[in-house]
Amino acid sequence: MNSSPLIDFQRVTYTYPRAGQKQPQDQPALDGISLQIQDGEYLAILGHNGSGKSTLARHCNALLTPDRGRVLVSGLDTRDTALQRRVRDTVGMIFQHPDNQIIATIVEDDVAWALSVRGLPASLIVERVNDALEAVGLAHLREQSPQRLSGGQRQRLAIAGVLALRPRCIIADEATAQLDPLSRQEMILLLHRLHRDYGLTIIHVTHLLEEAVQAERIVVMQRGRVIMQGAPTSIFSDLERLRALKLAVPEPLELAARLRAAGLPIASSALTAEELARELAL
Amino acid sequence: MNDTIIRTQHLCYTYAAQQASLRRPALIDITLEIAQGSCSALIGVTGSGKSTLVQHLNGLLRPTSGSVLVDGVEVGAAGADLQQLRQRVGMLFQFPEAQLFERTVFADVAFGPQRLHLARQEIRTRVVRALEMVGLPHKEYAQRSPFELSGGQRRRVALAGVLAMQPVILVLDEPGVGLDAEGKAEFYAQIHDLKRQGITVVLVSHDMAEVATLADQIFVLDQGSLVMEGTPREIFAQPATLRDHGLAPPPLSSLLMHMRQRGLEVPAELMTVDDVFDFLTQKHRFDSSR
Repeated sequence: MNSSPLIDFQRVTYTYPRAGQKQPQDQPALDGISLQIQDGEYLAILGHNGSGKSTLARHCNALLTPDRGRVLVSGLDTRDTALQRRVRDTVGMIFQHPDNQIIATIVEDDVAWALSVRGLPASLIVERVNDALEAVGLAHLREQSPQRLSGGQRQRLAIAGVLALRPRCIIADEATAQLDPLSRQEMILLLHRLHRDYGLTIIHVTHLLEEAVQAERIVVMQRGRVIMQGAPTSIFSDLERLRALKLAVPEPLELAARLRAAGLPIASSALTAEELARELAL
Repeated sequence: MNDTIIRTQHLCYTYAAQQASLRRPALIDITLEIAQGSCSALIGVTGSGKSTLVQHLNGLLRPTSGSVLVDGVEVGAAGADLQQLRQRVGMLFQFPEAQLFERTVFADVAFGPQRLHLARQEIRTRVVRALEMVGLPHKEYAQRSPFELSGGQRRRVALAGVLAMQPVILVLDEPGVGLDAEGKAEFYAQIHDLKRQGITVVLVSHDMAEVATLADQIFVLDQGSLVMEGTPREIFAQPATLRDHGLAPPPLSSLLMHMRQRGLEVPAELMTVDDVFDFLTQKHRFDSSR
C-alpha cells in the first residue's frame, strides 16, 4: 500500500448548485472527504439515499469536480478540463439505468462507439469489441438490437462499452437496483470476475449490505462524510450502528448477531448464507 | 375476506404487431382468483408478463381471449365502464414520485379528484383523509412543495394521490425500489394499514423479502404462464423450482436451505428471524444439556 493510490480524494467538498434559489442551510453533498483507493482494490461504498455516495462516485471520473480540495486519478487533477478525457478513460462508470448509456441499434456497434469517437484504427476496434463482449458473456448476441436484450444483458452491454476503453477502474453506481434477483447475482459475479481476472479496480456503490459483503474494503457514508471504513467483518460487527444509518441489515446477519448474543458460538467472519450455515450446522 | 374481487379465466394476451413473426403471446391461459382485502404478489423475471397482467386489472389492456372480472366489471366486454373501473383500481407505477409536478402537496393529491368534477369540499375532505392515511398530516404537509420532501415521503404523496380516488383495489409496481430501509419500513406499515381497511393490494415485486413480508399469496409467472401459486411459506420452500423460473428465495430461506443441505433438520414452517432464532436457541440448549 506504499505506492500512490489510483484515486486520491484530498479534503474534497462539493455542494450542488441550485439556480435562482437562496440556500441558507445548504448541506454539502461531500463534506471534507479524504479517501485513497488503491489500484486493484475491490471497494464497496455503502450509504442510504442522499448520503453522498453517488456524488463521491461521480468525482472519481470527473463527472463532478470539487468546490474545494482535489481529486487525483493516476496523479491527474480532475479539475483540469484538458485531462478529463484521460481521467474518464482510466475510470469508467455504469449507472442504475443502462439505457442512458446505450446509443447504437446493434450490440457490437454500441461497444465500438466510444472507440470510433476516439479515432482508433478499425482493426484495434474490432479486437477490443470482441474482447469486451467476450468478457461480459454477450459475444453470441453481438448482432442483436440492444432493445431485445433483457435488463441484465443491457447492464452487461453497458459494462462492455466501458471495458472496451480498457479502463483501470470501473464504478458501478447502484447498477443492480433495477435487476431481477438472478440477473443481480450474475452482475455481482461479473464484477468480481473482472476484479480477479483482469485486475480491475472495482468501486461498488450500493445501499445493500449483502452486496458489500464480498468487497475487500467497505466505506460507509453519511451526510457527505466517511463515517466508517474497514474490512466487511469489522463493519458488520456493529449492526446496530448500520441500522441507525438506515441501512437494511440482511436477515441472516441479524439472526447470527442475535444467536451470538444468546451465547451460540458463531464466528464473526461468517457473513454469507453458506458461511453461516456451516457455523450453525456444527 | 373470502369474496373474490379479481378473477381471470383462461386469460390470453398477445401484443398486436404488424409482422406476424413479432407476435408473441405475453400471457398464456392465466386462471387465478384474488380475495377481497388480501395482498397478492406477482413475481417473475423481467418479461414474464407481470406488467401485462396488471394492466388488465384496470382495462389498460383487454384480453385477446379469456376473461377478466374485476370488482364486478367484465374488463373485455363491449360497453364495460372502464372509466369507473379506473377509479376503483388505483395504480402506483414504479418511481411514482417522479410524476409529482404541482407546487404543493395538496395540489398534487387533489389532481385526480378534481378531474372527477367533485365539489370543492369533497375534494378537500378526500385530500385531507388521503394524507392522514399515508402518515403526512395535512396541517404540516399540505402546503409544502413535494420537492422538499424525502424520497420516502414523496412516494407517500404519490400514494395519497391514488388513495384520494378511493380505490377498492391498489396495484403497486415495485413499491420498495429505491427506498432506504426506513423508507421501506414506513411504506410497508402503510400497506398493512390499507389492507386492514379492506383495500385489496396487488403487488408486483422483485424483492423477495418484501414479498415475504407483505403478501398473503404469491403467483409466479414465467414466459407468460402462471407456473406456481401459494402462500409465501409454500413458494419459498421450493428453491429449486423458483430457480428454474429465474427467481431466488429471500436470504433467510436460502440460509435455511444451506442448513438443511448440511444435514440439520430444520422444520419447514420456520419463516421469520424470530422463528429461526427460537428454534436454534432451543436446539442449542438441548444439545448442550446432553
